[in-house]
Amino acid sequence: MAEPIESDQQEEIRDEPGRHIGQPFRRVDGRAKVFADDLHFPRLCHLKLVRSTVPHAKIEKIDFSAATEVPGYLGSLTGRQMPKPFGILPVSQDEHALCIDKVRYVGDPVAAVAATSEEAAYAAALLVDVEYQPLDTIDSVDTALDEERDRIHDYGDGANVHKRVSMRFGDVETGYAEADLVLEDTFFYEGNTHLAMEQHATVAVAEDEDRVTVFSSTQTPHYVHRALAKVLELPPSRIRVIACSNGGGFGGKSDIFNHEIVAAKMALELGRPVRITLNREEIFYCHRGRHPTLMHLRTGLKKDGSMTAQHLRTALDGGAYGSYGVASTYYTGALQTVTYDLPRYRFDGVRCFTNKPPCGPKRGHGTPQPRFAFEVHLDKAAQQLGLDPADLRLRNLAEPGSVTSNWLQLGTVGLRRCIEAVVAGSGWRERFGKLPHGRGLGLACGSYLCGAGLPIYWNHMPQSGVQLKLDRSGGVAVFCGEAEIGQGSDSVLAAVVAEVLGIELADIRLCVADTDLTPVDLGSYSSRVTLMVGHAAHQAAERARMLIAKAVARRLDVPLERLVFAERRVFDAADPEQGLSFEDAVTLAEAKWGTLGTTGSYTPPRAPGKYRGAGVGPSPTYSYSAAVIEVEVDPETGLYRPVHVWIAHDIGRSINPVLVLGQVEGSIYMGLGEAMMEEQAFRSLPRHLSSALVHKTPSLLEYKSPTFHDMPPVTSYLIEDPDPLGPFGAKEVGQGPLLPIPPALANAVHDAVGVRIDQVPIHPHMILKALDEKGRGRQARYGPAAFPEIDFGETLIVPTPAEGGDGRALDDPEKRKAHDMVGETGTMSSRDEALKAKDRALTTK
Amino acid sequence: MPEQTTTLELRINGERRVVAFPTHHTLLEVLREECGLTGTKHGCELGECGTCAVLVDGRPVLSCLALAAEMAGREIQTVEGLQEGNRLHPLQQTFADLNAAQCGYCTPGVLMTAKGLLADNPRPSSEEIREALSGTLCRCTGYHKIIQAVEGAAALSAGEDWTPAEEVLHGTRLPERGSE
Repeated sequence: MAEPIESDQQEEIRDEPGRHIGQPFRRVDGRAKVFADDLHFPRLCHLKLVRSTVPHAKIEKIDFSAATEVPGYLGSLTGRQMPKPFGILPVSQDEHALCIDKVRYVGDPVAAVAATSEEAAYAAALLVDVEYQPLDTIDSVDTALDEERDRIHDYGDGANVHKRVSMRFGDVETGYAEADLVLEDTFFYEGNTHLAMEQHATVAVAEDEDRVTVFSSTQTPHYVHRALAKVLELPPSRIRVIACSNGGGFGGKSDIFNHEIVAAKMALELGRPVRITLNREEIFYCHRGRHPTLMHLRTGLKKDGSMTAQHLRTALDGGAYGSYGVASTYYTGALQTVTYDLPRYRFDGVRCFTNKPPCGPKRGHGTPQPRFAFEVHLDKAAQQLGLDPADLRLRNLAEPGSVTSNWLQLGTVGLRRCIEAVVAGSGWRERFGKLPHGRGLGLACGSYLCGAGLPIYWNHMPQSGVQLKLDRSGGVAVFCGEAEIGQGSDSVLAAVVAEVLGIELADIRLCVADTDLTPVDLGSYSSRVTLMVGHAAHQAAERARMLIAKAVARRLDVPLERLVFAERRVFDAADPEQGLSFEDAVTLAEAKWGTLGTTGSYTPPRAPGKYRGAGVGPSPTYSYSAAVIEVEVDPETGLYRPVHVWIAHDIGRSINPVLVLGQVEGSIYMGLGEAMMEEQAFRSLPRHLSSALVHKTPSLLEYKSPTFHDMPPVTSYLIEDPDPLGPFGAKEVGQGPLLPIPPALANAVHDAVGVRIDQVPIHPHMILKALDEKGRGRQARYGPAAFPEIDFGETLIVPTPAEGGDGRALDDPEKRKAHDMVGETGTMSSRDEALKAKDRALTTK
Repeated sequence: MPEQTTTLELRINGERRVVAFPTHHTLLEVLREECGLTGTKHGCELGECGTCAVLVDGRPVLSCLALAAEMAGREIQTVEGLQEGNRLHPLQQTFADLNAAQCGYCTPGVLMTAKGLLADNPRPSSEEIREALSGTLCRCTGYHKIIQAVEGAAALSAGEDWTPAEEVLHGTRLPERGSE
């Protein structure tokens, strides 16, 4: 055993650019990426899932007899061979690898066949005969609230309601009484999907009768690992999950998918490698994307624009399974408070089960919908109060380092600089409200998590881990469970280690996203990787630096603190000639300490909120964005196009500015897609064609997404103000810049032609209809008429920090703990017991 | 299912190889499955996304819509043949410098389409690049970096110096606070 390592050095925030940090270096994973569908193994066979053709039904019979006659047929599976349920959240373990008793949406997998070729597997799958006994189709929030209809699941909060949430932070009624203006609005945000260009693929290789390796296009190999162990009923140590490079994720590969589990089971049954690649239509039906959300906002404002209170109500159409839905529901409310100071806040939310593909997390997870509502609502408030929309926002900025009314701890807040940048860049002061009819400017802001404060399942372990292996070669191997999905996480990991050790990126070899070989990282979701992996890598590298420095200090007879690691050397700052090559320095350390290895890990700080539901929303810090969009609208046709986008993003500190810009521009693109055209929407087939509820546009041609021709010019400002809570001061950028885009577009349309479009996507016919209404002297608006009466359940009352609260609810009802999201309430054992009881209740007999 | 097979000599990236495949297989399938050239990707297999583009006799072709059986005597170029020896092609260099490939999945199709464009039109305008690449969907980049990278590659291929603009790598310099 080597001498104990002395206390870790404090991370320093360096403002000057590093050798790597802050530089636009080429990404380290650029050459010859291998995706899951590119893998080939001897005796590889092919898997196809048989998917439900009806939206809601009991399964009467599954007959494989015709399928087995197909030449090349190798085997089949049904749900009875995998009876354990799974789900991404411990509170909604409501899926089975293959349906057992009933199907819940068109596309729900009911059986699987394997064959020697993909074509044979497809032919056999078509011949599997499934008989169904139909149940009521639940196609909307309205029908889901109807107690009389058949239930999709036998758990949840009554009728076809998955989750009801109600919480109040401060006395909103007092806030309204103090207000000069109380504004009410109803908004709708249509569902949309990730549309990653890579089709989901999985290859499973049986290594032994009870050992299997699963290669998959997944953002969350660790969660897939856990689900596989549960459903396959194998110890996790017998299962190895390797996340291949993802050909785009955007949240769409962060859930656990049926095909991943079925491929592993089939490989174990057949004793040969199995591959499955979903076709594009199947991917539209796998979904897990943006929840269609109806929202109602009621906000009190004073004459000067400051907000006194807000009440937000949301209703989410969740689709057929839980997925991340409980978290999504909380997220539609949780982040309203981090952008602007909202002293009193009430949030009510409900998520319903419907017979559609399950919704889940897409870039911004649950927050683009209420952000759209909030920012359009503020634009209207500014108009009514006679204030400039930019000034109204500047007046309400959240205080850096403050705790919000719903108990979120903020870090640095760069929003003022963001707003100032886009206001100056776009010529807002000179041009807003003054452009000719048909041309307009719209402004909006947003903010986002830099990693979810809590893991998806309750535990006390680090959320990210990094291991380093160094030896006499001078090369450094870096092991980490993070998954590269195109955002550049590999490059961040390599750059942090190289910066601390003063070596080149080419000296680093990465081994990532392999549950057998790499320490656990929870995955690429919630914009957590730069911050959490960055911290873990920084700690591991600092520890390695200390081991090397001690060996070198003794050899050179220089004090430790005078040693500099740079340019692949370790040298004396006072006499730079005095030093060793990095290779020789590591050799010295290896001789002194023995074989060299270090670890680093990261756990986010504890959040101050202690109420039920406080687990969703906390983050080590938050990023901020502001955008101005200029739009051109033809009042004759309603056709419009964004002419220019100005955006500023508070990144804290860019690890690599060219990668940051990639996320900014990609977020603008995706936000415009959601605002202008993308729709994951459903229709019932005519009665003579089964009446089934099907996707309206399940192909890349029909599902409209922006092309090269649709993307307007962009001006991007990076606001660099290092946040002490981020590695080298860095904050997130993968999701936040999407948030201001849809509301900025809607606000720009209003500035152009004077009508409000209170829903997205904004179609030309909506603008025409609103112009027509305006012409008739009616409300110049297109959007949902009203928000329905919904029982949100008992309201949790949480005193705010200003009211002298302690982060707890006044009347925390313990009785529904098993239904609750991960919180800081309850002990480990009681929570585990509750979850076990839940699992038992959900396991189909 | 009796299956007709075809045996053909294909010319791929300047190399000749004899390949046997089911006659109905697309060029995409034959490249990836029979030839093991998995650099060419697929996003829809219906000709909608442009991901699978390769060059056939120098012209971009969607390999998911072309039958391999039609490729006798034709010169097929895939992304595996793009680099020159162990040196990156100018397009690959500029895509790497500008982060014009993020997840990299649509990139092979974009690179080959852009190569076809530059062969026809060595100094295209950004509008011509946009038009030439408009059949390709990319979900990561927002397209601008791709257009800028193709412009850069055109300059490099013409033997000119190419340095990306400061704002392309670092963002636009913050405006003066004059109007605040």
